[in-house]
Amino acid sequence: MRSQICLVDTSKCTGCRACQSACKQWNQLPAESTTFTGAYENPPYFSCMTWTKVVFREHDDHGSTRWYMSKQGCMHCTDAACVLACPTGAIHHTNQGTVTIDEIKCIGCNYCAAACSFRVIGFDRSANFAKKCTFCYDRISNGLKPACSSACPTGALLFGDEREIIRQAQSRVGYLQANGRQDARIYGLDEVQGTAMLYVLEDFPDRYGLPSDPHVPIQTRIWNAIYGPLRIAVVLAVTFSIWANYNKNRELDEGKAANQDGGGAER
Amino acid sequence: MTNHWIDYQHSDVIMAIGGNTAENHPVSMKWIERARETKGAKLICVDPRFTRTAAVSDLHVPLRPGTNTAYLGGLIRYILDHGLYHEDYVRHYTNASFLIQDDFDFDAVSGLFSGVEDDPTRSAKKYDRSSWQYRSDEQGNAGTDLSMQSPNCVLQLLRKHYADYTVDAISEITGCDRDVLEESYRLFASTGIPGKAGNILYAMGITQFTHGAQNVRAIGIVQALLGNMGIAGGGVNAQRGQSNVQGATDMAMLYHIIPGYMSTPQQAAHPSLSDYLQRETPAAGWWTNRPKYFISLLKAFYGEHAVESNEFGYQWLPKLDGKDHSHIAMYKSMAEGEMEGLICWADNPAVSGPTAGSKRQYTANLKWLVSIDLFENETASFWKEQGKNPEEIDTEVFILPAAASYEREGNKANSGRWIQWQWKAQDAPGDCRSDLWIVNALFKRLQALYAGEGGIVPEPIVNMAWQYDDSSGQIDIEKVCSEINGYRIDGSGLVKNFLELKDDGSTVCGNWLYSGYYNDLSHPPCKRRQRETEGIGSHLQWAYAWPLNRRIVYNRCSADPSGKPWNPDVPQVWWDQQARDWKGYDVPDFNTGLTPVSSARTPFIMLPEGKARLFSAFLNDGPLPVHYEPADSPTANRLYPAATFNPISQRFYENHVVETEQDREKYPYVLTTYRVVEHYQTGTITRNMPWLNEMMPELFVEIDEELAAELGIANGSRVTVTSKRLENQAGVEAKACVTKRLRPMMVNGRKTHVVGMPFHWGFIGMNKGAVVNDLTPSVGDPNTTIPEFKASLCNIRRCDE
Repeated sequence: MRSQICLVDTSKCTGCRACQSACKQWNQLPAESTTFTGAYENPPYFSCMTWTKVVFREHDDHGSTRWYMSKQGCMHCTDAACVLACPTGAIHHTNQGTVTIDEIKCIGCNYCAAACSFRVIGFDRSANFAKKCTFCYDRISNGLKPACSSACPTGALLFGDEREIIRQAQSRVGYLQANGRQDARIYGLDEVQGTAMLYVLEDFPDRYGLPSDPHVPIQTRIWNAIYGPLRIAVVLAVTFSIWANYNKNRELDEGKAANQDGGGAER
Repeated sequence: MTNHWIDYQHSDVIMAIGGNTAENHPVSMKWIERARETKGAKLICVDPRFTRTAAVSDLHVPLRPGTNTAYLGGLIRYILDHGLYHEDYVRHYTNASFLIQDDFDFDAVSGLFSGVEDDPTRSAKKYDRSSWQYRSDEQGNAGTDLSMQSPNCVLQLLRKHYADYTVDAISEITGCDRDVLEESYRLFASTGIPGKAGNILYAMGITQFTHGAQNVRAIGIVQALLGNMGIAGGGVNAQRGQSNVQGATDMAMLYHIIPGYMSTPQQAAHPSLSDYLQRETPAAGWWTNRPKYFISLLKAFYGEHAVESNEFGYQWLPKLDGKDHSHIAMYKSMAEGEMEGLICWADNPAVSGPTAGSKRQYTANLKWLVSIDLFENETASFWKEQGKNPEEIDTEVFILPAAASYEREGNKANSGRWIQWQWKAQDAPGDCRSDLWIVNALFKRLQALYAGEGGIVPEPIVNMAWQYDDSSGQIDIEKVCSEINGYRIDGSGLVKNFLELKDDGSTVCGNWLYSGYYNDLSHPPCKRRQRETEGIGSHLQWAYAWPLNRRIVYNRCSADPSGKPWNPDVPQVWWDQQARDWKGYDVPDFNTGLTPVSSARTPFIMLPEGKARLFSAFLNDGPLPVHYEPADSPTANRLYPAATFNPISQRFYENHVVETEQDREKYPYVLTTYRVVEHYQTGTITRNMPWLNEMMPELFVEIDEELAAELGIANGSRVTVTSKRLENQAGVEAKACVTKRLRPMMVNGRKTHVVGMPFHWGFIGMNKGAVVNDLTPSVGDPNTTIPEFKASLCNIRRCDE
C-alpha cells in the first residue's frame, strides 16, 4: 500500500531540531509560548501548533550517562487507532498510505487524540479541528521530501522507497549491533502493522519515550465495530447538514447583499 | 583548519575537544557519520559536559574546565612513552631532531622557562626567548641529531618536559576517571601508525583560556607526533563558529595583523618600509615573498599615491604603539576615558565581552556609539538596562540597520578555507543596507570631509584609493573582488594568483592569500559549482580554497620522503616515477619542481626551517605548553606548586579573580559558558525568532543532581549565580536545569562540581534574560588576549533564599 516511507535513524540524530523548525516553517505553524521547565525538550506536548519535535530523555546506564534524542510525531500507522476512532472518516489513510485529516469532515470530537498510543494529535480549539503531521502530503505528492527530512543535516531522516528504507534500517541495526549496541532494533515494522515513520533505535523504545507496545485500545476496536457500519449514514447526514446550511447561509447572504444594494440605491 | 569538512570522512579517530561539534557545527556530523559508517571510525568527545556531541560519541571524556593542556600533555607523554609516534614522519617532517641552546631550562617549582623577567607595566612576567633558540652553526644552520638521542634535541626535551604528566596525575588534575582517560589516549594514539588518520576538532573550549594559544600548540604537537598533519582525515581543525568568521580573520579583523596574516607594523621596530621588510622577512620559507605581498597591499590601499619614492605610502599606514589594543585593554581605556567613540559592527560586547556588566558601565564614557546590526542590541541600548538612568548618560547612539546575509551578495570563507560565492536571495527590508554599502558611504563621506576641511593627519584618508562605484554611483562588488584578487597596474588585467605579484609596485593585491579566487571576471573560481566525479572528496572545481585552491595544507606530508603515499587508499599527492612528476587529487602545497627527497626537507613551507615545530620559540608564554590552572581555579597547581594561572598573562584589574582560599569557599563551583544550537552568539537574531524562542525560551544553568540536592534546588526553579566579578551585586538569575549530564568530579582529592550556562541572553529583544558574561573575568591569553570565558568560579543559591 505504501510506496515511500521515512526512516528516523536515532543513532545519527544529534538533537539539532532542524526538523522541528522546518516543520513549523513549511506548515506555517505559529510558535508556542513556552517556559524552561528543566529540560531541553520544548514545547512540552504535541499540539495543533507542534506536529513534530525532538524528544530528549536522559538515562543513567550503570553510572554512565545516555542521552536519547529522537524526532517524534505522527507515526502514520497501518493499524491506526485514530482512523478507527474517527466517527466521520475525517482521519483516513491517503493513497500514499499515510494518515491525514480532512478538515471539512472533522467535527472536533477529539476521539482520535484520545485513542492514539503516541499522543501526537493536537486539537485546534479555535477552528475545532484535530491537527497533526500530514507527512508533508503536499510536498511528497510533488516529488519533494518531507520538510523535516530535507532539513536534517546528518542523514538521520531518510525518505525513500519503502523496501529500500527497510533494507537500510536492517543494515543499520546490523551495524549497530556489531558495534556494541546489542539492543539496537527497528521500531515500526511490526508495531501497529507497520508505520510510515520507521525507527532505528539503539535501545529499548521506552528509553526514547516511545510506547513499548503501541496498539489500538480495545475500546476503540469495540467502538469501531459498533459504530463503523453507521459511519456512512453519519457522513451523509453531516454532508447534508453542511450542504443545507451552506445553501441557507447563501440565501441569507444574498438577501443581505440585496438589501444593502437596495439601501444604497435609495439614498 | 588545515583540512576541510568533507575530508572528515577519511578519519579513523576523531577527537572533538573544546568544541561541541554536533551542536554548534551540525553539518560536521554528516561527514563524521560517513567515516564511522564506511570505515568504523571512532568519535571521542572531550568536554566537561555531556553534550549532544557526547550523546552520539563512542567515548566521552569529561574534563574539569581549564585543564586541556594537562590532558593533552598527558597524551603527548603517553605517545612518547609507548613509542606510538610515527617515527619516520617525526624524524623527517618535524623539528624533533633539532638541537636547542644549552642554557634552555624549565623550573618544575615555578612552572617557568629560562629567560623569565618581571614585566611591571603588565603586572605579569615576560620572557627573553634567546635560550629557546636552535643551536646553530656559524653559517646559521640549525644543528640536528637525526638519531634523536641527544639530551638537547627537541624529542628528548619533549620527553623530559612531559615526564610528570602521568595518567594518574592527569586524572587528579582533570577530575576524569583514570580508565576513561587512558582509553581515550590509547584510542587516539592508535593513529600514529602510517596509513591511519586522527583528526582533532576544536573550537572556543580550547582557545578561550589564559593559556588558549598553548592549548592549540599542544594539539599541533600531538598531530605532528602521530603524523596526522597534511594527510587526508587528519589535521588541526579549528571549527569556526560563525558564517564567514574565517573570512573576517583572513581580512584581518584583529588589530595585530593586516590582510593575509602579515603582522601590523610597529612604530618602534619598523619606522620605515625597509625596516619592516628586513625584520619581518625571514631568510627561508614562503614568507621570503612577503615584500611582494606587502607592497601589493600598500598599492591596494593607496593606489597611484603609493610610489617607490614615498615608500609606497608606508608612512600613512597606522602603526602599533607597543600597547595592547585587544578587547579587554580597549575597554579598560574606555573606562579611563581615553576613548571618544566606538563603532560596533555586527558586534554586541555588552553581552559577549567578559565582565560585560562593567563594559556597559564604561560605554557611558563614550561621546558617541554606532551600532550596525540586524536588530537593536544590548550594546546600542545599554542605557535601557534596568537600574541605569538615561538622563545621566550623554552618549549619542546611532543604530544603522544592516542587511542579513541572504539579502546581499558576496563571498564567504568557511572553516575549511573554501571561498564560496553567495548570491542574494531577496532584497533587504526598509532602510537596511549591506555592510559594503555602509562602509562605502561612510568612507566616501569621510574622505570628502578630510579633503575639504583637512584635519589631523589627513593623508592616510585623502590618499586612500577608493574607487568602487559603478557609473550610477552604486558600489560595484566586482571592483572590490578584483582588488582583493589582485591585478597589474599596466592594464593587462587580473593576476592569475599570488605567484604573479611583484614587489616593485607594478601589482595591486588586497589579500595575497585570496589571490586567484576572482581571477576571471566571467567565471570567477569562487563561483564554481562542479562536483568531483572521482578522487578523495577534494572537489577542486567547487569554489576556491586559499591558498592556491589547496584543500589540505602541508600535503607533502601525506607521502613519505620518496613520494609514496603513507596511505595508498586516500592518496593526495604522489611522485610518479615513470613520468618523473608529481600527481595528485589535491593541489600540491610545495614546490613541484623539486624531487621527492628535496621537497621532503621542507614540507612545512611557511616556516624558515620547513619542519613542524614540536618546540617553538614563537609564542610569548613558552616553547612548550605547560599546565597552568585557569585564573579562577578551585585548586592549586598539582604539577608546579608555585605557579598560579599563566604567569605571562596580563593582570588588568586588581582583586578581580579568585586567588585566596577564602574566595574559593565563597565561589566553590566551576562555571563554564557555552552555546546551544537553538540560539546564536548573543541572540541578537535568534532571540527575535519565535520558533527558536519556543525551543529555548529562557536562560538556564546546568547543575548536577548531587549539587542540586545539596543546595535544595528543584529542576526548573529559579536560582541566582554570582562570581567574584559580581561581589555585593545582585547576581545572574536563571532557571535550574538539574541533569545527569553533569557529574561531580574528584579534583586533586576534593569533590568539585561543574556548572554550565549558555551565554545567549540579554535585556533587549523578544526573549529577554540575564547576561551570563557579567560573571566571567577580564583576563586573557598572553598571545591573543582572548578572554577566559570557559573556566571561572561561581556560587549558586536558590532565588527564594
